[in-house]
Amino acid sequence: MGPAISDRGSAASAAPDASRDETSRESNPADPLAGVLSEIRQKSPGGDDTGIVDPLADVLAEIRAESGGASLTEAGAPTLVFGGDRWGRDVLKKTIKGTETSMFVGLVAAFLAAFLATVFGALAGYYGGWIDDFFNWFYSVFTSIPYLLLILAIAAVLNQKGTLTVILILGLTGWTGIFRLVRAEYLKHKVRGYIQAADAIGASHARRMFVHILPNVSHVVLVQLSLHVVLFIKSEVVLSFLGFGVGVDTVSWGSMLNEAQSELILGYWWQLVAATVAMALLVTGFSLFTDALRDALDPKLK
Amino acid sequence: MSGVQSGMLAYVVRRLWQIVPTLVGVVLLVFFLFNWVGGDPAYLLAGKISNPEQIENIRHQLGVDRPYHVQLWIFIQQIATGDFGASWSTNEKVSEIFATRLGPSLTVLVPLLAIDTLLAIAAAMLVAYVRGSLTDRMVMIGCTVGQSVSILVYIIVFQYVLAYQLGWFPVQGWGDSFSENLFKYSLLPIIVGVIVSLAPDTRLYRSFFLDEINQDYVRTARAKGMGEIRVMWVHVLRNASIPIITNVMIQLPGLLAGAFLIERFFSIPGVGREVILAVERSDFPVIKAVTIYVAIATMIINLIADLLYRAVDPRVQLK
Repeated sequence: MGPAISDRGSAASAAPDASRDETSRESNPADPLAGVLSEIRQKSPGGDDTGIVDPLADVLAEIRAESGGASLTEAGAPTLVFGGDRWGRDVLKKTIKGTETSMFVGLVAAFLAAFLATVFGALAGYYGGWIDDFFNWFYSVFTSIPYLLLILAIAAVLNQKGTLTVILILGLTGWTGIFRLVRAEYLKHKVRGYIQAADAIGASHARRMFVHILPNVSHVVLVQLSLHVVLFIKSEVVLSFLGFGVGVDTVSWGSMLNEAQSELILGYWWQLVAATVAMALLVTGFSLFTDALRDALDPKLK
Repeated sequence: MSGVQSGMLAYVVRRLWQIVPTLVGVVLLVFFLFNWVGGDPAYLLAGKISNPEQIENIRHQLGVDRPYHVQLWIFIQQIATGDFGASWSTNEKVSEIFATRLGPSLTVLVPLLAIDTLLAIAAAMLVAYVRGSLTDRMVMIGCTVGQSVSILVYIIVFQYVLAYQLGWFPVQGWGDSFSENLFKYSLLPIIVGVIVSLAPDTRLYRSFFLDEINQDYVRTARAKGMGEIRVMWVHVLRNASIPIITNVMIQLPGLLAGAFLIERFFSIPGVGREVILAVERSDFPVIKAVTIYVAIATMIINLIADLLYRAVDPRVQLK
């Protein structure tokens, strides 16, 4: 998003650059050499007789020789098990790094969302009254804006990329579903006998909320936490794909898919497959884990 | 009868009145985001080659040099009149953008939602009917695996194989006539959209049907000698329809916001693509307008959903 702003800002000064791209053959007042260059190109269809020598050709050949020729996109190069991408970077390493990014973003954002939801839900459900009304109002405000639209709107105003930004965006918008469930559990539990007993022995409100009730509703939070990890991983991939997610220096499945889109037309399918399979495995694994967690923790299931 | 109707009217009026605080909240949230968190838009607009005088000028034009309560009042006036001014990057009027982009979005999304809902109901009913069988388990495993693949991959692969390699559909584009758009350019986006949403919807609707299929009334209907098709499609479906309506209604506001990814990949000039472009260009007026109006639409759709429950199930009390 940084470049987008400077693009617009420097539109006036960068006008010759833009026009050079569009009008290559016509004589161009902004770029008088464009016509000459295209003439030279037309005269020599091979394209190599322009007299222009790549000054870095020797250096490049040296680098290629050192790396054993693996810098090209070769599916079967022995050093690149999953092949390389268009710039010769190891797809296997990128996939592992992308997994790390997604796991990190998914887990931290889910913990943030679950934490907010638990605190809000506990306060709303336990105290009731105007506190409950306030949090319900807050909830209805957040849920009346479609999820992806809200995320994009926040991405637009924050206007900076980075892992922390993505975590904040997802965590601060994703608490609503968990809040609803936690609040309902607190409503149910606050009138039970053991809370009256806790009151009788002089436990404070905070102690009743977070020491007595929380362990009894924690299964709801844990299952939802695991469910939201998957949701946030998927959202992170979409955000990074669109270019609003992690920074350019971080590898993500989203940015891998973005590169794979143009590589696919050239016939390089392996980066797409690597990112897809890695994501499918992680998401399926987490979904199964969520189901198992629910079976193990939810006392109501038969 | 008139008693019921006036009760209904009173309910609608009360619900519309309840929308007000939520709407105020949405307005405050959007205002907070764009006028406070978003920082000074004058620097975004002026860019690199700016001098203090220019920035001051832009600030005055936008009204951001005035106190916050005045800005908020301007914002509320914009919402009420529907006049959000012009886009910062293309200078097109925001209301104009909305009017011209909504059509393409709906052309893709209405058939998509309809086909997806019908197919998902049919598939879910079938697998719920043969629950526990090999078919059921295979479909469920297929759904789980299908759901784990990113929507991006579906779009990339389908666009590459079906449109680019096989040439069955145009890769992307949009025409001028409605029928051309619907039957030529929208086909592949609709197919991709249906495939992506079919897996989660089938799983969800299957669980709704399973909740109903073991109830006593189903056994009673069978005992009366009713055909299986009638039992499933009339008795079970009607009882399972409330959660299904809820799920469809949740997706409706998304129609107005557009299908972000599909519109972007297939170059469909819809609202979703416009939002992504606006985010890329930090074009605040467009995002603000879309957010506010989609939120209002969401609240109204929620109200319609509650009225529909009542139409489907007379036992539902409107409170």
